[in-house]
Amino acid sequence: MEASIIKVDQLVEGVLKDDRRAIAKLITLVENDSLEGLRAVRLLYPHTGRAYVIGVTGPAGCGKSTLIYRLASQFRKKGKTVGVVAIDPTSPFSGGALLGDRIRMQNLSTDEGVYIRSMATRGTLGGLAKATADAVRVLDASRKDVIFVETSGAGQSEVEVIKVAHTILVVMAPGLGDDIQASKAGMMEIGDIFIVNKADRDNADRAVEEIQAMIELGAQEERWRPPVIKTSAILDRGMENALKMIEEHEEYLTRMGAKEKLARRSEIELAEALKYRFVDGLMAELRRDSKFAKLVERVAAKKIDPYSAADRLVSEFIRKRHRSRRKP
Amino acid sequence: MSSRGKLRVLVAKPGLDDHDRGAKVIARAFRDAGMEVVYTGLRQTPEQIVKTAVQEDVDAIALSILSGAHMTLFPRILELMKKEGIGDVLIIGGGIIPNDDVPELRKMGISEVFGPGTPTSVVVNYVVQHARRG
Repeated sequence: MEASIIKVDQLVEGVLKDDRRAIAKLITLVENDSLEGLRAVRLLYPHTGRAYVIGVTGPAGCGKSTLIYRLASQFRKKGKTVGVVAIDPTSPFSGGALLGDRIRMQNLSTDEGVYIRSMATRGTLGGLAKATADAVRVLDASRKDVIFVETSGAGQSEVEVIKVAHTILVVMAPGLGDDIQASKAGMMEIGDIFIVNKADRDNADRAVEEIQAMIELGAQEERWRPPVIKTSAILDRGMENALKMIEEHEEYLTRMGAKEKLARRSEIELAEALKYRFVDGLMAELRRDSKFAKLVERVAAKKIDPYSAADRLVSEFIRKRHRSRRKP
Repeated sequence: MSSRGKLRVLVAKPGLDDHDRGAKVIARAFRDAGMEVVYTGLRQTPEQIVKTAVQEDVDAIALSILSGAHMTLFPRILELMKKEGIGDVLIIGGGIIPNDDVPELRKMGISEVFGPGTPTSVVVNYVVQHARRG
């Protein structure tokens, strides 16, 4: 343990100096959910909070990676450093993953001002949001000005991931069945800017109208009205406008609701940490209990239903905790 | 180190040939074996491959090449790996590589070379046994 603490502290030093190897190793540690990773986050945390985080979500094939490549290039032109965390799904069968988002961003891979990291969802409850937030913290501490987080937004856990962003881009493409896709994943509620990418194709205007109509439907008394814009990332069109919208949203946050939104981010951060502690920690502990295996058998034999079995495990756990606390 | 870590492998195509069927087949085989596979796409320079390997903190690099330029590109990649401090990462090659070149490549530091017709399971097992985590 002693040796690994020294190693972690060295890596943290390295990250603060933007050492790429140290960043790589530390992201692996936080992603693997290790004790070293927790220590690293504790040390890095005071050095975070500088970066502007942009979440990018939308259905598969709508051009998120290409869009990030173009936007990142725009930020680089302005002299800003960029980090990218690109998330792809883990196969539920093999536990492996194909991480292919870099294909669209390869021209950035030799740029010293850009750091791209691919991550797999890995499928632990609450774990993805934690791993992503921690990876963003590592990049933040290494002084990246802008950090993109890319996910397909499929499912609740990926929506949770994206909520830590300052600005959320919801990307769609004409003819992907956008309306259904968007409303089912809850994307309409979280988008700060809606982008109809691949606008060089037919029906782009129809997609814009559909999204606008849906925003009207769900409009609350918010001061920020999410704009709907058209881009064609592959042709590098509409990027200046997209950048302008991001900047306007950033200004809006600083002007009006920054505190509110930042408080919401911190709330999510704490909630995710709790979820990790409680759900993952408690699950691991309860599974180790010999009663767990016995109850599995009884559930299989239809002698008890799974809910009652869960209740029994939890109440016993609480009782045990209570007893051990009362001991001197 | 945590036992929850997974093997991360970079599948890369250096050089100018446009045929990535083999690279995709092997990438899928790695994924199906439970690994996290970063695929870079076609026509990668040695610089791009090595920078990507650093950023992604991979445990192994699998190079696929059909153009015949392996005797130029592989040593360049090995040299850059040392320069970037990842000389200890496992590196293997595959594609159209004449048998006569294999001993020379091994001497340079390419751990193993897999020719056409190699069952994917052989390559997967090799990586599982030789790539070191952390």
